[in-house]
Amino acid sequence: MDRWKTAWKGMLILAFWLGVWALLARLVDRELLLPGPWLVLERLLRLMGTGDFWRVTAASLTRIVCGTLAAILAGVLLAAATCQSRFLQAALSPVLTAVRSVPVASFILLALIWVGRDVLPGVIVFLMVLPIVWQNVATGIRQTDPSLLELAQLYRFSRWRTMRRVYIPEVAPYFLAACRTSFGVAWKSGVAAEVLTVPQRSIGRRLFESKLYLETADLFAWTVVVVLCSLAIEKLLTTAVNRARRRYTRGGDKP
Amino acid sequence: MIRFEKVFLAYGDRTVLRDVTLQVPPGGRVALMGPSGCGKTSLLQLAAGLKKPTSGQVISHARRPAYAFQEPRLLPRLTVAQNVNAVLSDGPATMEKAMAALEAVGLREAADRLPHQLSGGMAQRVNLARALAYEGDLLLLDEPLKELDEARQDDILSLLRDHTAGRTLLVTTHDPHVARVLAERVFLWRDGTFVRTK
Repeated sequence: MDRWKTAWKGMLILAFWLGVWALLARLVDRELLLPGPWLVLERLLRLMGTGDFWRVTAASLTRIVCGTLAAILAGVLLAAATCQSRFLQAALSPVLTAVRSVPVASFILLALIWVGRDVLPGVIVFLMVLPIVWQNVATGIRQTDPSLLELAQLYRFSRWRTMRRVYIPEVAPYFLAACRTSFGVAWKSGVAAEVLTVPQRSIGRRLFESKLYLETADLFAWTVVVVLCSLAIEKLLTTAVNRARRRYTRGGDKP
Repeated sequence: MIRFEKVFLAYGDRTVLRDVTLQVPPGGRVALMGPSGCGKTSLLQLAAGLKKPTSGQVISHARRPAYAFQEPRLLPRLTVAQNVNAVLSDGPATMEKAMAALEAVGLREAADRLPHQLSGGMAQRVNLARALAYEGDLLLLDEPLKELDEARQDDILSLLRDHTAGRTLLVTTHDPHVARVLAERVFLWRDGTFVRTK
C-alpha cells in the first residue's frame, strides 16, 4: 500500500513540474529558447527510432560505467590500504586533496594532452569518482565499532571472517552512499568531458552539435537521456549492493 | 593456568591496576569482586590478551579464551543463531551446536531474531551462549548476570556452574552469591589492589 502511495506521490510531483515547464514554454513561446515537454518527448521518440541513438548512448554508457566501476574498485582498495598503514595515509592524502580541489575543466584539458579523446571521458570520470569512494569507504572503516573488532580478535576470526562479519556490514552504508553520489557525478563530469572533447560516438558530441545548430529540443532530449541513464544505473547498483549485503550478512548458515 | 605478576595498568594519567599479583591454576575458578571502576574488567581483558599491562607480566597458558563481555557485543546484522555460530565455524556444520547453546539459555525460539529485537536480558543470554558454545580452555565472565531478571538468574547461574566445571574460570561480580556458586577462590578489591579472602 505504501509503495503505491509513494508511486502516486512521485507521479503527482512529476506532473506538477512538467506542468510548470509547459506553462513556462507557453509564456516564452519560442522553441529556440525553451521547447515544451511534448516537443522534447517527440524529439526523444524520434531519436530513439534511429540506430545511431542506441550506438551513441551505448558508447557513452560504456565509457562512464567503466570509469566509475574502475574508480569504485580503486577507491575501495585505496581506502583499505590507507586505513591499514599510516605511512600510506600520509603519502596518499595529498593526492586525494589535489584530485578533489582541481577543477574538472583543468583535468579535461590536461588529460587531452595525455590520452585519446575516446578514452578521456572515462579517465575524467575515474578521477572525479575516486576521491568520493575513497573518502566514504575510509570513513566507514574508521567508524567500525572497535568493540566488535575486539570480539573478532578474541574469537580468532580469520581475515575473511572479520571482513565478512564485521567490516562489510559496517562499511556497506558508507559504500552505498558513495555509489549513489558517484553515478550522479560520473554522468555530469563524463558528459562535460565529452562536450569538450567531442568523441565521434558520444552523447556529449550530440549535445554540442544540438547547441551549435540551435536544435534546443534535441539538446533537451539528450539531457533527458543522460538523466534517465543516470537514474537507471543508480537503481541497478543500489539493488545489486543491497542484495550482496543481504547475502553476505544473513545467508549461508540459517538454522 | 593464568598468572598476573606485579601488574600495573594505566590509561594516561589514571592508574587502573596497581601491583596486582594473583594466579588461577589450571581448572581453577576465581571470582573478582569490587566496586565499579576498580579494574575488574581490565584484568579480564589482560587475561584475554586484549590489553597489555603497563608493567608487570601476564602469563597465560590458555590457547582458546572465551569471553562473555559485560556488554553483549552482538554483530548487529546477524541473527541470534548466526551470532553464536559466528565464533564457531561460521558455517552450517556447527549450527546445531549453536542452537544447543541457545537452547541451554532458553533462547531457541529467538534464534531468528536480530539483536535490535532483543531485550537487554536476552542479549546478555546470547552473549553467555556464545562464550559457552566456544568451549574455550579459559572462560572469562564479566558480570554474567547483568541485565538478567531475577527469575532467570538462578537458572543461568546453575547452567554456568555446570558448564564451567573443570574449566579455568575468571569471573567478575558485585554479588557475593554469584562468587560463592561459581568460584572456589575470591579476590576482593582492597586498598587499590586485589587481595584473596580467607
